[in-house]
Amino acid sequence: MSWRASSGLRSWLMQRLTALYIVIFLAVFAFVWGGQAITFESWRAWVAHPAANIALLLFVFALLMHAWIGGRDVVIDYVKSASTRYVLLIVFALGLGIMGLWTLRILLLAGTG
Amino acid sequence: MSATDNRPVFLNLLRIRQPVMAVVSIFHRISGVLMILSLPGLVYLLNLSLSNQAGFAQVSGLLTSPVFKVLAVLFGWALAHHILAGIRFMLLDFDLAIERGAARKTAWLVHAGALGITLWFAGLVFGVWP
Repeated sequence: MSWRASSGLRSWLMQRLTALYIVIFLAVFAFVWGGQAITFESWRAWVAHPAANIALLLFVFALLMHAWIGGRDVVIDYVKSASTRYVLLIVFALGLGIMGLWTLRILLLAGTG
Repeated sequence: MSATDNRPVFLNLLRIRQPVMAVVSIFHRISGVLMILSLPGLVYLLNLSLSNQAGFAQVSGLLTSPVFKVLAVLFGWALAHHILAGIRFMLLDFDLAIERGAARKTAWLVHAGALGITLWFAGLVFGVWP
């Protein structure tokens, strides 16, 4: 068995590792904020805290990886025309990239401001 | 184009009675796609909520609009189903509940659990319970 991207094994493992991190992060997030009244100050202070900020950055990375692998599988499975498939995958990758950079900017700005 | 592209395909998904496990699988995909499509909106809301007081108030205000509440409940279903089905797939990876009877039971559990969580969440969002 090869450990190349084409074998799908790496994607398979990545999908599960990112899933685990996403679920653990969401559970901690729900535990921290569940049943609490959120104000702008407390919300922003939490996001600016280094531990939360880094956990959030990691969460964004995990989420985008997870979305890419899952979405790519769906596109590959259902879009039969090769040209449409390539265009869709490029738009999808670009869209996720923009989401990632945008969120990176938001989190870093909140972390320093 | 290769000759294999002319192979006849007789699959009509609408005429096949899908086993409950297959429905879990397709819902996992649908819920995943739904959440991907909502990403731009979520990033927009995150940006707004962290920008300043007014932006934060704007996001809180959105949460009271009925349209937004319905979208939130739909998103809640997608997330709940996606996570429960994902846990089920991971158990299957470890050969747990892999036999047909057990696999069917866990598939029903995923659907029921997702619906239960969604109902609870809907009650929370629409203020039926605190």
